[in-house]
Amino acid sequence: MPRIDRIAEPWGSRTPYGPGDTWPVRVDSHLADGLTEEDVDRWVQSATILHSNGDGLDIAVKDDRIVGVRGRAVDRVNHGRLGPKDLFGWQANNSPDRLTKPLIRRNGELVECDWDTAMDAVVGRTRELLDEQGPSAIGFYTTGQLFLEEYYTLGLIAHGGIGTNHVDGNTRLCTATAAAALKESFASDGQPGSYTDIDHADVIALYGHNMAETQTVLWSRVLDRLAGPNPPQVICVDPRETPVARAATVHLAPRPGTNVMLMNALLYEIVANGWIDRAYVDAHAVGFAELEKRVRDYPPELAAQVCDVPVEQIREAARILGTAERLLSSVLQGFYQSHQATAAAVQVNNVHILRGMLGKPGCGVLQMNGQPTAQNTREAGADGDLPGFRNWTNKDHIADLARIWNVEPMDIPHYSPPTHAMQIFRYAEEGSIRLLWVQATNPAVSLPELARIRSILAQDRLFLVVQDIFLSETAQLADVVLPAATWGEKTGTFTNVDRTVHLSEKAVEPPGEARPDFDIFVDYAHRLGLKDKDGAPLVKWSDPEAAFEGWKECSRGRPCDYTGLSYDKLRGGSGIQWPCNDEHPDGSERIYEDGKFWSEPSYCESYGRDLVTGAPVSETEYKALNPTGKAVLKAAEYLPPHELPSEDFPFQLITGRTLYHFHTRTKTARAPQLQAAAPEVWVEMSASDATDRAFAEGDLLEVSTPRGRVQARLRISGIRPGVLFLPFHYGYWDSPGGHEPAREEGRAANELTITEWDPASKQPIFKTAAAAVTRLSEGTGPSSAPTTTASRPVAAGVPPTRGGDAALVTEEAGAR
Amino acid sequence: MKLGLAIEELHRSENHLARVLLAVADRHKADHEVFHVASDLARWSQRHVTELARVGTDFGVDLDPRPEGEPKILERIQQATSDLLGRRPEPGLLLLADLRHVHREAAGVSLDWELLAQAAQGARKPELLELAERCHPDTLRQLRWANAKLKESATQALVS
Repeated sequence: MPRIDRIAEPWGSRTPYGPGDTWPVRVDSHLADGLTEEDVDRWVQSATILHSNGDGLDIAVKDDRIVGVRGRAVDRVNHGRLGPKDLFGWQANNSPDRLTKPLIRRNGELVECDWDTAMDAVVGRTRELLDEQGPSAIGFYTTGQLFLEEYYTLGLIAHGGIGTNHVDGNTRLCTATAAAALKESFASDGQPGSYTDIDHADVIALYGHNMAETQTVLWSRVLDRLAGPNPPQVICVDPRETPVARAATVHLAPRPGTNVMLMNALLYEIVANGWIDRAYVDAHAVGFAELEKRVRDYPPELAAQVCDVPVEQIREAARILGTAERLLSSVLQGFYQSHQATAAAVQVNNVHILRGMLGKPGCGVLQMNGQPTAQNTREAGADGDLPGFRNWTNKDHIADLARIWNVEPMDIPHYSPPTHAMQIFRYAEEGSIRLLWVQATNPAVSLPELARIRSILAQDRLFLVVQDIFLSETAQLADVVLPAATWGEKTGTFTNVDRTVHLSEKAVEPPGEARPDFDIFVDYAHRLGLKDKDGAPLVKWSDPEAAFEGWKECSRGRPCDYTGLSYDKLRGGSGIQWPCNDEHPDGSERIYEDGKFWSEPSYCESYGRDLVTGAPVSETEYKALNPTGKAVLKAAEYLPPHELPSEDFPFQLITGRTLYHFHTRTKTARAPQLQAAAPEVWVEMSASDATDRAFAEGDLLEVSTPRGRVQARLRISGIRPGVLFLPFHYGYWDSPGGHEPAREEGRAANELTITEWDPASKQPIFKTAAAAVTRLSEGTGPSSAPTTTASRPVAAGVPPTRGGDAALVTEEAGAR
Repeated sequence: MKLGLAIEELHRSENHLARVLLAVADRHKADHEVFHVASDLARWSQRHVTELARVGTDFGVDLDPRPEGEPKILERIQQATSDLLGRRPEPGLLLLADLRHVHREAAGVSLDWELLAQAAQGARKPELLELAERCHPDTLRQLRWANAKLKESATQALVS
């Protein structure tokens, strides 16, 4: 069987196919050194956890240790394929520096303790604060990496038991705008698209979505279409020369912060040329007149100036979008983490509504997720939403939830939208949130303006609980650290962006005394004595499968209906797409077929918000706008970004990711192949900017903003002139500073980012800071940034990124 | 006809609302969303000031098309103070008072636009009516923002 260096070739070998054909199977597997499939004791079913794609895989176990992974040929998502992070990332589970005992702060130092001591400290402080101040003192900051059962249990404890409104996830940083954009256009979360739309599409448009690096297997599917007969045309909107841009028919590289201007100009062309399905719009949408009026102010000539993109390119892109027969669009951080995030993402939905391209093969929108279980954070109510896409302003929805939980409606906070993450940190800053429980995320590296975040987390008056698998930067600041089990060490389900639910089974025991997040939550609820209104325990389950059954009841009749699923049904075969119920026992490939939406006022999740001010639309206003549950065409005016380049800070700084790392590298840096592929932070600059300053590849630069400074080696890449790029993965846990920069040598991109967020989705803006750059010293060789990705050097002579023998992966094409 | 008077009054009240919004933005720089959104919303009122001055010339009133201006030194100092006060709970209450003030001022401006629109219809001045129909929705959005932000901020400020 062929073995391929999957660090050097992240997308593996091509298996070309044509429109409407089935994507061929190719099974990828990687086992620890020297082992073959014959050595494996057992294979345990799961799915991928280091991105949002949800690729089905089996975990190889030998001598009760994880020793490798193999893609599942039967799975609808990946047809056997795996990406580099999945092939190598599992090694982090076996890392010797896993947390194995709880830690508690004594005399300023974190020391080991037993579970009783740790939990009593957390429960004791909770009770003290509830007595003294009430639920407003308690906040939970969770993640996009736990399982559905864990989020649902957490949401029940926090909203239904403690009664705090302060529950959000780090999904606020990655997918809040995906959810917000869907709520604006369709009045409910829920992805209209399916990954199989790639098989049918004749145009694929990627907006701020470097799919090649964030969802490698999905990009392999696109590459296989591009290599086959009648390939689709690709449109790419990205200021960097990403692998997507290189494959694109048209690559638009707008000035950061101008996405709404660009989208409005594309819509201007689509409307002006009549590339509209009028019958569809008349029958299934509201808001056309206002949209038509609004986009009239944005001719391509204006956008060409503001976005600094050639006007012919805007027209060409609009023509391709406007004449597509089967259009698939996907959106990610280039829109979500940029200025006017929701307004821009909504305009992508508008293209599809105008063209009537929803709910049909090849016609989908994927408002992408960044994390493996982000969809569940949203569905199960652990992220500033209520479970089952219930509407917090709809009293009947609250009453229904109270019935399911057997609590009083008044016990569930619904006087305002659940507090978003940035506001949770603000309340901690001003001292009204006094216990913050952080789970499986690392705000001390991932949130904007790190000096501020560190100072908030380090306050004596804040009781900080951190639940993680490693001693992250954030954990180092905690009062109590709870060692958690991770993927492969616990059982649960999770759902990807095209609504595919996978079961992930426990393969091995967690190390030492580490416990599943689920067990920790249930233990907390019991120790705290949380009761329902009849005095019975609030949390009525003690294992994940029972929690899943509880969740099914909560989801009954809601858009994300899981009632037709069970652990048994998810075992053995492929993942299954929700809604899955009596009506759709095998799940639902697509939603919004025949122009039917979940937007009826009494059913919908949200009435929407003002895209500029963020003010929620009232029930009365919504009923007047959309009484019969159609799609909403929502127009938006362009506003210039708040921090613009100046004489002192002449560049625009954008942050982002690389293919080889996930988040703050807590797992990927502990997988040798991945860490070697992208070992240290770099900064990207265009060739013209570098020439102007006489900088050379590999020079050590200092990038600064009004908030801080970062040192990084220069990679001269195909990025847009005037823009700098820093990957955000690199923190301090494997540096002398521990949780912060040692001396002045910052390397975390978020030292520099601004504290600002989109008023509609509350997602922080990581892609429009004004920055300056100076050279600290000349380099002795090229930067170590990957050459296989968007950071590809423009000059020859940089050694290519290779993984060598340790990165050889078996690929077996054809059915298995 | 007192159309000139109505334009003049609206010019004054929009100028005032812009200054109130900018002052609120400056006082709450540590509440980042308030800072940015209030600054953006102030610009809407400033734009209205310019448009009212332009249309005023047709009705015999001579108004300054330039908005009354950016915050002065004193307000800049407030901004710095707001950063320093970021760690104290009182700004929560101050924010409620400030949002209430914005709401009241925006409500006044909204009524002024109603008056102008009524007068424009009576006097058959389509240009003036068009201006009111274009600008008044901005005022209503300012009003709804103050209301929504107040609602969202009230609980934590009052119960903790």
